Amino acid sequence: MKPTSHRPQTLLDKVWGRHQITEVVGEYLLYSDYLLLHEGARHAFDAMLASGRTVHRPDQVLACADHYVQTHHRSSGVEAIADLSVRGMLERFERNAKAFRLPYFGSSHPQQGIMHVVAPELGLTQPGLLMVGADSHTTTHGAFGCLAFGVGASDALHVLATQSLWMRKPKIMRISVEGALSRHVTAKDVVLTLITHIGAEAGIGHIIEFAGSAVRTMSMEGRMTLCNMAVEAGALSGLVSPDQMTFDYLHGRQYAPKDADWDQAVAYWKGLVSDPDAHYDHQITVDAASIAPSVTWGTHLHQTAVIDTVVPDPQNFATGEARDEVASALQYMGLTPGTPLTSIAIDRVFIGSCTNSRIEDLRAAADIARQGKAVVPAWVVPGSMTVKRQAEAEGLDRLFKEAGFEWHDAGCSMCTAINGDHLAEGERCASTSNRNFVGRQGRNGRTHILSPAMAAAAALTGRLTDIRSFG
Amino acid sequence: MAAPFDTPSLDTNQICPTRFNKRAKGVAFDTVLFHDLRFTPQGAEQPNFVLNRDPYRRAGIMVAERNFGCGSSRESAVYALLAFGVRALVAPSFGEIFYTNCLKNSLLPVVLDDAICARIRNQLHGSPGAKMTVDLQRQVVRDTTGADHPFDIHPLRRQCLLDGLDDVSLTERYADASVAFERQYRQQFPWLTKPGNYPPGSS
Repeated sequence: MKPTSHRPQTLLDKVWGRHQITEVVGEYLLYSDYLLLHEGARHAFDAMLASGRTVHRPDQVLACADHYVQTHHRSSGVEAIADLSVRGMLERFERNAKAFRLPYFGSSHPQQGIMHVVAPELGLTQPGLLMVGADSHTTTHGAFGCLAFGVGASDALHVLATQSLWMRKPKIMRISVEGALSRHVTAKDVVLTLITHIGAEAGIGHIIEFAGSAVRTMSMEGRMTLCNMAVEAGALSGLVSPDQMTFDYLHGRQYAPKDADWDQAVAYWKGLVSDPDAHYDHQITVDAASIAPSVTWGTHLHQTAVIDTVVPDPQNFATGEARDEVASALQYMGLTPGTPLTSIAIDRVFIGSCTNSRIEDLRAAADIARQGKAVVPAWVVPGSMTVKRQAEAEGLDRLFKEAGFEWHDAGCSMCTAINGDHLAEGERCASTSNRNFVGRQGRNGRTHILSPAMAAAAALTGRLTDIRSFG
Repeated sequence: MAAPFDTPSLDTNQICPTRFNKRAKGVAFDTVLFHDLRFTPQGAEQPNFVLNRDPYRRAGIMVAERNFGCGSSRESAVYALLAFGVRALVAPSFGEIFYTNCLKNSLLPVVLDDAICARIRNQLHGSPGAKMTVDLQRQVVRDTTGADHPFDIHPLRRQCLLDGLDDVSLTERYADASVAFERQYRQQFPWLTKPGNYPPGSS
């Protein structure tokens, strides 16, 4: 163990220090508590098989089928999937998970779902852990005060073989959101606003610690939404120090510590806060009251605006490069400068993804959906089958169906759009997912990112809608 | 042979559209690079796309704009570049996960100042096919005028690339430290590995 430092420490310092095996010229070998994998990990498994290596700690790996699973007709089984390449990915994943004896949450597992929804709801994501995932939105887990990093196949292979990872230590940026959020303003609006404020590259080389009274009053699910999209600001991860909200969320969850272990764990977790005089490489403070319901209009996340404004004019941007970027985005999105955002008609709505598909997201969307009828195809894809069952117990599925929304099985679905759920060419979608990039939801698909309630409102009106008009 | 890419924030989905992620690493990726920018939906080449024009068809170096490779962690973006023949990338900044994925696959990512990258891209536009080199040993990019631009790269990463050493082999050198660490870590946090506190393995 490293000797205790007398320098004030950030939460990053504390958790990093606990996981440090060794250091070589500023690259640290860190122990990983968990490795999260989905079907896309085929390249890591291929390399494992080719090298003849064994998995060092199978119990510390979680294999979750989420990217390619079908979100409807699931009961017909994987064998019934018409697209052979999709079916092949699911079958290959199952073969590999079983060959390496990994905990496996496949299509038919009752707790199957998106890995970043499943691990927290099962109590596996805990403060002070170091989690590695072969997915860029692994940052989600930082909401619990753990270090959570997304990696590619080569690093995933390294963790499979050694349960450790080589990393350079990032800097840390603190973003404090102070005050109270206005009605209808959600964690999604907060993070979209922050990315627009600081830019899509401000976080490069940093972990973003989210702090401030507005974050403290946010639920765990809201904090997960924040940390989920930290990667879209270029950050290596998001982080929220644990507190009573975190402990209450975890208490009693299936794989959380129990009995005497619980008390011991909480005692450790309570120390996982940044010291008051710890050094941050960068700090900004944002007034919560200034954040309003927002939506993206372009093809990058920093191209976001408040819902009651208009499509921007490239001419109003300061540099030639900025003007070109805006013009290019508007051309792809088929939008004209000066158009009120609330007049933009949409072709479909997608409520789902690791950003916004948990029970609170579904409740918020159902609260709006019940007020009308969907005039465009609107899908609700719960983040896990556990969330789906809870939503059904609360009658949310009935509310959605009565409003003409489609109720699906759990998976990534139309966020990453590789399981067969995707936009048609030119379709415009109001989506609660995390990326509005060119072609993300389908070739030439047009994505507007927003909160679950805003998505439900758009389904009822057939256009981007100011949620505040719903009362 | 070097090709200029002037669009900022070229994300991994553009470098390698998601639907190609299913392919095994290697030759299956040879037509995938920038597929939806390079080809029409019908599969014909887009004549104006840089990689479809001579001499850029044989580009082994790409000089790009900021935030190249942002977005998803998919390593297939790197496989697509490698299968095309790219061996080095030069840009003012890279998506972090993408940068690491490059290093781990022996595709050299080089960070140079905004202004220098812009200058080199202009040189390449002005003189297509003009020669430039990326020298990892000396940590220098030599542009088409012969001017040298030094770059930083982590010494451990540089050495692993030069020696052809993969990470797992590197880690095996620290096996004793890893074993000792895990033992004390599990003593300190016993609940993590207690049966019942993690899902059972499949068989």
